[in-house]
Amino acid sequence: MNNLEKLIAQATADFSAATEIPRLEEVKAAYLGKEGSLTAMLKGLGKLPPEERKAAGANINIAKARVESALAERREALRNAQLEAQLQASALDVTLPGRGPSRGSLHPVMRTLDRIEQLFRSIGFAVADGPEIETDWHNFTALNTPENHPARSMHDTFYLLDAAGKVRQDVLLRTHTSPVQIRTMLAHAEKYRHLGSMPEIRVICPGRVYRVDSDATHSPMFHQVEGLWVSENVSFADLKGVVADFLRRFFESDDLKVRFRPSFFPFTEPSAEIDVAFMHGPMEGRWLEIAGCGMVHPNVLRCGGIDPEKYTGFAFGMGPDRLTMLRYGINDLRLFFDGDLRFLSQFQ
Amino acid sequence: MQFPESWLRALVNPPLSTEELCHLLTMAGLEVEECRSLITAASADFSSVVVAHEFDDNLITLKLTPNRADCLSLFGIAREVAALTGAPLLLPAIAPVAPVLADVRGIILDAPAACPRYCGRIVRGVNARAATPDWMKQRIERCGVRSISALVDVTNYVMLELGQPLHAFDDAQLQGAIHVRYPAAGEQMLLLNEQTVTPSADTALIADEAKSLALAGIMGGEHSGINDATTDLFLESAFFAPAAIAGKARALGFSSDASYRYERGVDFELQRSAIERATQLIIDICGGTPGPVVEALAADQLPQRAPVHLRMVRAARVLGIDLGFDQIEKLIAGLGFAYTRTADQLIVTPPAYRFDIAIEEDLIEEIARLHGYDNIPAPPPTARLEMLPLPEARRDVMQTRRLLAERGYHEVVNYSFVDADWEADFADNASPVRLANPIASQMGVMRSTLIGGLVGALVGNLKRQAERVRLFEVGRCFLPDETHDNGGGQDGTGYHQPLRIAALAAGPAWPEQWGAPARPADFFDVKGELEAIFAPRRLRFERTSHPALHPGRAASVLLDGESIGVVGEIHPRWHQKYELAAAVVVFEIDLAPFLAAPFPTYQEPSRFPAVVRDIALILPQQCAVAALQDALLAAAPAYVREIRLFDLYQGKGIAPDAKSLAFRVTMQDTQKTLADHDADAAVAQLVKTATEQFGAQLRK
Repeated sequence: MNNLEKLIAQATADFSAATEIPRLEEVKAAYLGKEGSLTAMLKGLGKLPPEERKAAGANINIAKARVESALAERREALRNAQLEAQLQASALDVTLPGRGPSRGSLHPVMRTLDRIEQLFRSIGFAVADGPEIETDWHNFTALNTPENHPARSMHDTFYLLDAAGKVRQDVLLRTHTSPVQIRTMLAHAEKYRHLGSMPEIRVICPGRVYRVDSDATHSPMFHQVEGLWVSENVSFADLKGVVADFLRRFFESDDLKVRFRPSFFPFTEPSAEIDVAFMHGPMEGRWLEIAGCGMVHPNVLRCGGIDPEKYTGFAFGMGPDRLTMLRYGINDLRLFFDGDLRFLSQFQ
Repeated sequence: MQFPESWLRALVNPPLSTEELCHLLTMAGLEVEECRSLITAASADFSSVVVAHEFDDNLITLKLTPNRADCLSLFGIAREVAALTGAPLLLPAIAPVAPVLADVRGIILDAPAACPRYCGRIVRGVNARAATPDWMKQRIERCGVRSISALVDVTNYVMLELGQPLHAFDDAQLQGAIHVRYPAAGEQMLLLNEQTVTPSADTALIADEAKSLALAGIMGGEHSGINDATTDLFLESAFFAPAAIAGKARALGFSSDASYRYERGVDFELQRSAIERATQLIIDICGGTPGPVVEALAADQLPQRAPVHLRMVRAARVLGIDLGFDQIEKLIAGLGFAYTRTADQLIVTPPAYRFDIAIEEDLIEEIARLHGYDNIPAPPPTARLEMLPLPEARRDVMQTRRLLAERGYHEVVNYSFVDADWEADFADNASPVRLANPIASQMGVMRSTLIGGLVGALVGNLKRQAERVRLFEVGRCFLPDETHDNGGGQDGTGYHQPLRIAALAAGPAWPEQWGAPARPADFFDVKGELEAIFAPRRLRFERTSHPALHPGRAASVLLDGESIGVVGEIHPRWHQKYELAAAVVVFEIDLAPFLAAPFPTYQEPSRFPAVVRDIALILPQQCAVAALQDALLAAAPAYVREIRLFDLYQGKGIAPDAKSLAFRVTMQDTQKTLADHDADAAVAQLVKTATEQFGAQLRK
């Protein structure tokens, strides 16, 4: 190895030994500074015979370039190390919680109503609404439940006092969402009266209803969803198809058992009670009453301004509170009306 | 209706297990609510290993719908089971009991519409102290009827067996003929249950020539009934019209087995056989000699059984399945209904025991029921595919709920009936809509504001140690409305029932967290929520006074110049009463105006750069920022896009009755790049306006 090679090796070794940039700059001076060894060698070229000068100068310059390159490399390495150390020093505890507001929640029964609305919308049902203080006529009479009909005692009705403190007989807190059927049919029939025929009615009517009843399974205020389909030939088989399909979609359970059993409602004929039985879970195999339904009674269609010879209809009414309890395994109806954040915040 | 399975099996005995029998009944519309083995009950009583044969029975409880009064007897249920299974009916033979005495009481139907048929009979020389035979006692007790005395037990037994309510009077207490009549004005009666009533003018009474004896079909009177000393009976087996009985017992505040059956409908051809059956049982058990049956009849007042036409085409259309003419005929025949067949329909005459077969659909239900609802297919329906309207310039309520939930609010559902105190405190409503029959006094009035319920829910949560509470509710409020039809007829209810949305915030502005300073939520946090959910619509706020709210921290919320609600801090006066610790901020607005959201309109963004200038103004303390901002915007040249308040300062360097407001003014023209002198001119104009109209000083 000639002297130049030795010098390059020595410089590289010295650079590596420098662990900080100021030290590196000092080491650099020993080779490349005014007094540095390479600088001295270049200065000493003049002492050489002219025929050797050129070759020796080239060799020294090559050596100088190599030393400078080694220096740059080391400098870069030290800078990287320094940056890395700085970044490490500014590292975060990424496991600290994120900042910001928190989310609230939809009431679980509203989640259910939302699902019900979406499922029925997907087969063309619109959503209708009606008053909660309702006339006796819409709530009972128009629904084929005249005064003193024994079916009225099935509903324990809340009545109101007038300004003079007398009980009003003509209005009440609606006991079901069925009066919205009447309002919907009347408006629809009126809208298309001039045409002589009308398009189908397909609506659901969600809302609050009231009955004089209060215990672990009954609340004096609860929710109901009414469904109504009126057309020229909608049938009991269609009713079964729609409701069974809905229940399986709602519970996301293809093997849900659904049965229809004869029952009685003044406003439907034939009438049915709908029971479901789950194939899994805590309620497995038990028949649970979930809804009432039937073909709209001809008297009800007439009260809605619709000719029962020309049109048939089906209606159903179900309790979203109960659907919600079954879906999420909630065992106390009163939780829905308590406003307890520990309960509500679980439904984000 | 509760009964022992063994009694039913004695009348009809299809080859079905108990479970199968119960399923059959349930699926035919006679829902079995409970089926309980007596063995289990007996073992518990006797703790014996060997259980007597007599306990090898089941108590079946039916939850009958009001239309099926025909099944309020063992005979009726047996008839139904026979129709469903084809098994033969094994009824006890009921032969007329030949009269031994000639004694009769005349029967006069003064109220034939209420009582078109009345059978009466005298039985003399009975032993009222005779013991009820065990078999009878067991049967009625297993139907849930207490054994009282042989005579009473017989009347109950026949009612349970055949469905005909009977009444036995002590004949010695009667004078002259029996009248079925309406009461004289103010006439009072002491009933068996020791209740004195003044029956309404349309309540039929059973009376003799001197006094009233019973409320017809509802309850006997205290003084005419039988007791242990009775030797002579007058037996009543009558048909009272459902319309004459319906609601009467309920109006008097009680219910009886008889009225329950009559108001739903008793077989109007059953009275004579029932009185014969009862006579025979009385003579067998208590002895005695009977007189003849006297029957008073107003045939024209009996319920009509008009023929019902059942068209095959209609049946198939309503059910969505064609069962076939022969099959339908077989089902109707199996019910024992009289009918004739034509080319395309059956003409059916409903029997006297069915009060629920009046129209074609009633028969369609019968055939569907007998065929089995389960056997009707349930295909997905077919319909015309037409899309529903989806108006874009409209928010829906569910979307609104989600918006608030995403902003940290939890949805509650509060009762629509509230404590009258809440109405007084939070709505200054001294005459709220009152319930006639509330379930509790603190749920006695209909709410006219959602605020009470939210505060109530807050209080509950504070008691459960919640520190930060965010709640909202969407619901109706109820106000008397003189402008609506107060007749309450077919249309208006006489009440205004707006849907509202309200929210409440209490506790820290942010969930407690590291690295963010804690501060309590205040008016402006909640106002901000309101502005955010209404965006892009712009709300205006004006100082207001509201019974629920802090007088200096309440604003009415205006949209297009109309007040649609309020926002503010709950009045400190309610803090002590409702045990609220920190500030509580609420808003309540009408939902209807909120739901109208504008359809987006588009303006081409300017290609020229914007110029931004800040102006700091010192203003009197009481100057309302919104008014200033309005005036500035009105005075500004068209190229001023926005004047935004970005700082409010009070304190050192500013007079105590003043405040410093800093506005950032953004200017941009659509046609040219704005020059410095344009911006200077605008700023000068704004400062001039503020100075002249509001007494502002430019802050250096």
